[in-house]
Amino acid sequence: MNKRKPFPWHVVVFLAPATIVYTAFMIFPLLDSLRFSTFAPGPDRTFTFVGLANYQRLTSDPNWAPFLWNAIKNNFLFFAVHMLVQNPLGLLLAALLSSQITRFKALFRTVLFLPTVLSVVLIGFIWRLILSPIWGISGDFLGLFGLEHLNRPWLGLESTALVTLSLVSVWQWVGIPMLLFLAALVGIPDELIEAARVDGANAWRVFWGIRFPLILPTVGIVGVLTFVGNFNAFDLIYTTQRATAGPNYATDILGTFFFRTFFGMQLQAANPTMGATIAGIMFLIILAGVLLYLFAYQMRLQRIEL
Amino acid sequence: MTARARLPGKGWGHWAQVVATHAVLLAYAAVALFPVVLVVINSFKSRRAIFGSPYDLPNAETFSLVGYQTVFSGARFDLYFLNSLIVTGVSLAAVLLFASMAAHALAEYRFRGNALLGLYLAVGIMIPIRLGTVSILRMMVALGLTDTLWSLILVYTAQGLPLAVFILTAFMRQVPGDLKDAARIDGASEYRIYRLILPLVRPALGTVAVFTMIPIWNDLWFPLVLASGERTKTVILGAQIFLGQYVNDWNAVLASLTLAMVPIIVLYVIFSRQLIRGLTQGAVK
Repeated sequence: MNKRKPFPWHVVVFLAPATIVYTAFMIFPLLDSLRFSTFAPGPDRTFTFVGLANYQRLTSDPNWAPFLWNAIKNNFLFFAVHMLVQNPLGLLLAALLSSQITRFKALFRTVLFLPTVLSVVLIGFIWRLILSPIWGISGDFLGLFGLEHLNRPWLGLESTALVTLSLVSVWQWVGIPMLLFLAALVGIPDELIEAARVDGANAWRVFWGIRFPLILPTVGIVGVLTFVGNFNAFDLIYTTQRATAGPNYATDILGTFFFRTFFGMQLQAANPTMGATIAGIMFLIILAGVLLYLFAYQMRLQRIEL
Repeated sequence: MTARARLPGKGWGHWAQVVATHAVLLAYAAVALFPVVLVVINSFKSRRAIFGSPYDLPNAETFSLVGYQTVFSGARFDLYFLNSLIVTGVSLAAVLLFASMAAHALAEYRFRGNALLGLYLAVGIMIPIRLGTVSILRMMVALGLTDTLWSLILVYTAQGLPLAVFILTAFMRQVPGDLKDAARIDGASEYRIYRLILPLVRPALGTVAVFTMIPIWNDLWFPLVLASGERTKTVILGAQIFLGQYVNDWNAVLASLTLAMVPIIVLYVIFSRQLIRGLTQGAVK
């Protein structure tokens, strides 16, 4: 037998399947798609290298740029609604669920998380029915408060469709920040809170003075997860408003713009290179968000801890 | 009652707080449940009753299964269901096996590039695989895999791996080293040791299974792009297309929504404790 330590083949065997599948079907396509965004269709189904011309076209050509900026603007509004409604609501529900005085906690948790496990396709159709003026459920609901005259075809108006769909998305996904906040709140040692209570602080002061600062890392994680999820969203808009993201592109976000471009639809031929370019822009936006979180937010937290 | 026993003499302020807390939770629970309940009860009613009395439970007069009849004659949901089961099941098994093997290697062995490889495998947690769709589609066309369940299985396995490796590595690092050393002294091979460790991280495997399964089962994007043929439709794509075609047949729409939702809701109610415990544990890590 050889005296040298044998090559650790078992380590290779353990790592190979995951690394190969992940590299072949995730990392390679992501990089290849970025590479492909620097090509344009040439004659005879070939592709020629064009450098960053596609990006220039996408951001300044009058046939493309208005769609891109519209989708980016809508996507930021979509994200803003989630940050302003979903995450504070998730925090409120988590605070109530972690309170000592709350009963039936497991039951509430199960019910409040239910929409999150359902498919976006089903959620989209359910809300399309509920908001449909034909069924009139939204009018009945407003009628409870004597506000029936405010009822609108919420998904049919350019002014309300995007905010309405953002709120439907909030309704579905609020369970995620709720559970992340809940896990963080439950992890806070009781002694800290008891000490503050003894000092005479009320529940409100205890929450904002002690519990909230302690869960700041989770606030950051929820923020970045919301960002990545929102800039990758597609299913809800596609299900309720089709690929054209109507009315008049008022609900078009980057995911639907990307799909329409690379996959094509009735009146628009598929354009894979421009599709890859839109994916490249989405990649840059998501990367910027993640890096901002990693450097700015985490570094600042570390400094506070020191 | 225990609340009062624990905090004696709190008086009205305390009770007002108890009532307000539960009122908010109940109100939001109603908001979360109302749309789902409304769809389910109306799926069992005649068209006239759906519009005439949408908030009533079906009774002898309004009860109707016409929507379900349309669904079963209009679409092959049994086939779509089987496709979803195969895709989700095979991808899930592959993710659990490959990720646990890789996590074991990352947690157990010291080799050059260990940390770097861990980081490389974690990149996919933050960068969505969808952004590579253009190339994935071209690859699948080149491999002749479009309109096969394999195309979905390969993509979903790649999609599930990063988070699975990340969580399982963290758990496997906590398995005491003495145990493995004892097994080595007994002459166990490295593969045997991996199989010895697996049962010890079973709760983490459960967490990962849930995290992996739900997005795969619910996905619309990749079935739409890679496998939209009639033979390979998943439940979600099938429902999406069926709902689009029958959009004005309210009975059929409500029935198909109910059919697509109820299996998930039943599973969720059975496993919700494990699921939520898993999610909260994962978050603490």
